[in-house]
Amino acid sequence: MSLLEFTAPSLDYGLLLPFLIVLGAALVGILIEAFVPRQARFASQVVLALLALIAAIGAVLWRWSVINLVDPSTDGSGITGSVIIDGPTKAFWLILFGFGLIALLLFAERRSHGGATAFTPMAAAVPGSDQEKAAAKAGLIHSEMFPLAMFSLAGMSLMLAANDLLVLFIALEILSLPLYVMSGMARQRRLASQEAALKYFLLGAAASAIFLFGVALLFGYAGGFAYDQLAWAVTDGSSGDPLLLAGMGMVAIGLLFKLGAVPFHSWVPDVYQGAPTPVTAFMSVCTKLAAAGGLLRLLYVSVGGMRWTWQPIIAGVAILTIIVGVVIAINQTDLKRLLAYSSIAHAGFLLVPVAGGLALTSGLMAGQVGSVAAVAFYLIGYGLATIGLFAIIMLVRRQGLEVTDLEAWAGIGRRHPLLGALMTFFLLSLAGIPLTAGFVGKLAAFQAAWRGGYWWLVLVAIIGSIVAVFIYIRVIQVIYFKAAPDLREQPHMVMPGVPVTIVLVLCALGTLGLGLYPGPVLEWLQAISDFIVPVHTP
Amino acid sequence: MTSIYLLLAAILFTIGLVGFLLRRNALVVFMCVELMLNAANLVFVAFSTHYGILTGQMAAFFVMVVAAAEVVIGLSIIVMIYRTRRSTSVDNLTVLKG
Repeated sequence: MSLLEFTAPSLDYGLLLPFLIVLGAALVGILIEAFVPRQARFASQVVLALLALIAAIGAVLWRWSVINLVDPSTDGSGITGSVIIDGPTKAFWLILFGFGLIALLLFAERRSHGGATAFTPMAAAVPGSDQEKAAAKAGLIHSEMFPLAMFSLAGMSLMLAANDLLVLFIALEILSLPLYVMSGMARQRRLASQEAALKYFLLGAAASAIFLFGVALLFGYAGGFAYDQLAWAVTDGSSGDPLLLAGMGMVAIGLLFKLGAVPFHSWVPDVYQGAPTPVTAFMSVCTKLAAAGGLLRLLYVSVGGMRWTWQPIIAGVAILTIIVGVVIAINQTDLKRLLAYSSIAHAGFLLVPVAGGLALTSGLMAGQVGSVAAVAFYLIGYGLATIGLFAIIMLVRRQGLEVTDLEAWAGIGRRHPLLGALMTFFLLSLAGIPLTAGFVGKLAAFQAAWRGGYWWLVLVAIIGSIVAVFIYIRVIQVIYFKAAPDLREQPHMVMPGVPVTIVLVLCALGTLGLGLYPGPVLEWLQAISDFIVPVHTP
Repeated sequence: MTSIYLLLAAILFTIGLVGFLLRRNALVVFMCVELMLNAANLVFVAFSTHYGILTGQMAAFFVMVVAAAEVVIGLSIIVMIYRTRRSTSVDNLTVLKG
């Protein structure tokens, strides 16, 4: 190709349909902000966002089944432009849109906030100013949260399908930029929320810059952005090239930052604590899912040829992440912060099967679960329990305000048995106790790494998960057995509105169902877990 | 020739990274991040010329658009913090810790 020749790629828009639906809904959401009268905005944003996500889920399923009947030679997979839609993409898309739907229900909750949302009435007003009070009194609502979340979801879904380093960077930015804004929107503790936004923004921007420099170096190494070009250069050229090693390292830093892995985790506790609780729930699950999916494809497809180089490094990061997450979580006094460190520990457990790298290029015996399926299942279990816990945090209030101080929660399980039981169940799932989805996820994850030859990593991870049980047992002990604070200090459970009730029911049923009958889901995930590996023809 | 540009880009990136780690004013910290992005742009363009292809130069445009979007978000967050605290020093961000 000469320097001035440019051919536009031909795109199969049918393949991209789920992504386009989500992106389109975000754009329509912006128009709603401009043209729909104020009273109707919130309701129309909720309806639009939820319908769009249901449509996106439907579109993924439709690509799966109908196309099969029409043209048996295709299962709706394929490459279009720089985006690849294969089994793992579609599986992660389904999980992502499902969790997006659940998290957006939390965004829509108003009853437990006394008619308001979890978000500040006017983000531009100085906290505590007359302007802010007037806005609260007038009942203003930032319904822009929904388009922002949809933009973020669009970025996440693009990240899961990226087959090109530049697309991966763009997806990372579309994913991140709305999250920076969203984390600064909390109604209560405005100062902490603003601080969380600034910290997240500065650290996130630096991580993306490092990521981008890595992309630039890899571009120089491979002479192009496509994964297959990189894969070809890795197997064909020298895999010890400093450009490749430095570039890969910097790109990995960007993704591990989003995943919240040590040593790039410093933003996680502050942002999770400061952000509005629904946003925390959203990013603790969806961001991690997108980062894990993007990392899997990047490592397995583009640099699978040099797995002996990156596997030990990822294993080391996993060990470090588990240790730091677990050890620091043990003596946290704030519930949201505790869940933040717990999510860091879970990022570590998630990296165990990634490092194990089982079935990089398929070929498993029947009944075995490869790394990709294990990661996907682990994320489902972790996500259901985590979102459930954040939904519970939204309900426990003192004088209308959320209370996240663990001491104040003492005895709340005795006063509100149903809430206590649900919370215990979610905590046990995070701890990985049998009969919960969390246990099956851990089992699948560790088995994949063990079969992949990383038995020493699995041993460390098992010890880590035994220690991690104490984090969750401690919370259960506080909510049941600790003497309650004085009456005035006691928080109480407010009655949840319809959205939070749906979320709690879905999360509890999902955790229980996947704990009792994980077989069908695991088999389904395993059946579609092979990446399409495009062949590069230089 | 390419290696000279790479060296310059590496120096720019390092200046940005060191500035990011050492400076205290959020605005300056943010400028350092922009410097890192532009260092990456220089690498894109240098390699693009090296290989005689257009993709690297296209990438530089993508990065510019992303950087512009990032400026919009970043400055509004910094202004928000400044209006609340009358300061943009990152040392004052001590509400959240532990």
